[in-house]
Amino acid sequence: MKKIFLVTAVFLLFNLTVFGQQKGNTLPNVELKTLDGQNVYTSEISNDGKPIVISFWATWCAPCKRELNNINDVYEDWVDETGVKVIAVSIDDSRQVYKVAPYVQGQAWEFDVLLDTNGDFKRAMNVNNVPFTILLDGNGKVVYEHNNYAEGDEDELYDLILGLVE
Amino acid sequence: MKHYLYFPLIVFLLLNPRGQLLAQNEGTSNPGVVSGNVSVIVQQYNDDAKIGAVAPPQNIAMNAFSNILYRKGKFNGGIRIESYNPSLLGYPVGYNGTGIGYFFGTFSTDRLSVTAGTFYEQFGSGMVLRTYEENNLGIDNSIVGVRVKYNAGKGIYLKGVYGKQRFKFDSKIIQGPGIVRGFDTEWQINDAFNSMADNRTRFVVGGSFVSKYQDDKNPVLYVPENVGSAAGRFSLFSSWISFSTEYVYKINDPSADNNYIYKNGQALLFNVNIFKKGFGLALAAKSTDNMTFRSDRNQSLTYLLINYNPALTKVHTYVLISTLYPYGTNILGEVAFQADLTYKFAKNTALGGKYGTSIAINYALALAPEREYLNDLETNRVGYTTHLFAASDSLLYSDLSIELAKKFNKKFKAKLTYFNLAFNADANQVTESHGMIYSNAVVFEGVYKFNRKNSLRFELQGLFTKDDRGNWTALVLEYNISPHWFFALIDQYNIGNPIESERVHYLYGTVGYIRKTTRISLAYGRQREGIFCVGGVCRAVPASNGVNLTITSSF
Repeated sequence: MKKIFLVTAVFLLFNLTVFGQQKGNTLPNVELKTLDGQNVYTSEISNDGKPIVISFWATWCAPCKRELNNINDVYEDWVDETGVKVIAVSIDDSRQVYKVAPYVQGQAWEFDVLLDTNGDFKRAMNVNNVPFTILLDGNGKVVYEHNNYAEGDEDELYDLILGLVE
Repeated sequence: MKHYLYFPLIVFLLLNPRGQLLAQNEGTSNPGVVSGNVSVIVQQYNDDAKIGAVAPPQNIAMNAFSNILYRKGKFNGGIRIESYNPSLLGYPVGYNGTGIGYFFGTFSTDRLSVTAGTFYEQFGSGMVLRTYEENNLGIDNSIVGVRVKYNAGKGIYLKGVYGKQRFKFDSKIIQGPGIVRGFDTEWQINDAFNSMADNRTRFVVGGSFVSKYQDDKNPVLYVPENVGSAAGRFSLFSSWISFSTEYVYKINDPSADNNYIYKNGQALLFNVNIFKKGFGLALAAKSTDNMTFRSDRNQSLTYLLINYNPALTKVHTYVLISTLYPYGTNILGEVAFQADLTYKFAKNTALGGKYGTSIAINYALALAPEREYLNDLETNRVGYTTHLFAASDSLLYSDLSIELAKKFNKKFKAKLTYFNLAFNADANQVTESHGMIYSNAVVFEGVYKFNRKNSLRFELQGLFTKDDRGNWTALVLEYNISPHWFFALIDQYNIGNPIESERVHYLYGTVGYIRKTTRISLAYGRQREGIFCVGGVCRAVPASNGVNLTITSSF
């Protein structure tokens, strides 16, 4: 019992002490694949000084798909008003990765989609579980991270995007 | 043991006395970036005779880990501290104590990357080599050793790995006995020729070779100490179709999996995708035979697997369908097919309505391979003969699902799904029943958004079968207050159990709080005995009753 609380306390202490370290920094450089099989590096991700949203998702994750489908419904407006770019990073493993392109096309998503089949980017960004959403400012620095999705979270995210471009 | 715990904290405090790592003041050198995450699951157990739940002697169990990563310039490294005191009920044997379960340092330049320590790697589709970690299942078959990646230019990428695999965890990594050596190359053909650089059709070829060494301690048989496996792959991508295939061959590898026969193994996988905006079709076919590849020939279950055999079935997410009769790959061999269609009716059409309607249809089929047994266990021990895609009429699994999703207005959207499942309980032993279990299921899911912050999601599920434990219903209610709170209630009810006293409700309630990357949930209730699967790999979870506290965060 004591041991459990001690370890829990140390884990929490860790968390509190170092809170916000990823924040304020640019992305770690990791190799991903595009839907047409090309290798890309996260250091190449850019949007001409405008904000970028990176959303980790998977074809088996129902809340992830709700989030991205909801964003897709308003994506045109978002781009018109703020120039934001959304990149959906699929963490589907080799079992499901072949379903990503048909799903993305089938749902008529307008975003860029990248594949993190080996989980390298997921690990580098310390993603515990999906959905996990990251907002980068115009300089490519992480300004916000959020784990989970509930209806309406996209409005909160959009307020933050607006805050970056004003 | 406790030293392990404090060590990273001290290192961190030394690096970061005032949490000032963020400040990248011009003129001072960049001290690097520390980041990490934490996950703590504490479960309290009560005895509950009605569902067959038995509390462990400790009454409480905990699985926890924290990753701490550091990067600066061309270097990045990290560790993971893991803690199991004891591990959660149903977790695999071999997770005990607190210590470091993952550590690595990587040095990278534009073209070269060298990692020493533990790492996760995949060659091709993973059928020849895939090391990965799935903490929900208790799988971590990482390699502890060295990995080199090199970008040779002209679209040529090379990788090499060398090391032993993580086997179990006892306050530190316990490594398996065998050595794994692997090499992979991939060639992006379009990048090699200027004339093809702008071609919208892209071609990729790749090849791998993986070998393992384990000394022969078998008292009866002479077994090969070095076992090699090779794979070749090809992919084509264009604007409306993509095609991928991989073939894997393994020399004879007598093991506990195959009853120590001297037969080679092979596997062939095809994927074809056809798509345009609003339409996606994924077709897959797979044949595997005798392709379990472990760095210890005497191991079983999920231990020390070098490769991965993808299951060609849809991953279901509704609780009754995903946990009552889920399919796990038959690793000894199977012939499997899958078709997956997604179609979205355009907005402002008769079927599309104002917001669009989408339909998804999936069909998956897995059959046992046709085999001709040689009855030669006293002589050659080759076991049997078979051919790729030679299927018997013995059904392992079939699964049809049809899903309709429609957004009615800005406040309400709904999804209706029908399932038809046929499950071979002898091949996948998930219940006490035998033979085939046939079931039909229907799920109605709705999301109602009251206003910008408040929404209610509900699921009505029914699974109907004359076999096994009869009919089930489930009700899920989830109230969300964006962005911080959620309240969820799940009731699974075995309404049609032939034994009246076993018509039990499994009620489970959760309250959760989310702030940025931190998620805290407190739950109480009954959890059904069932099968928990991630990526086609499953583990049995015993029935339990108690309080669960889960905290995850990253920084």
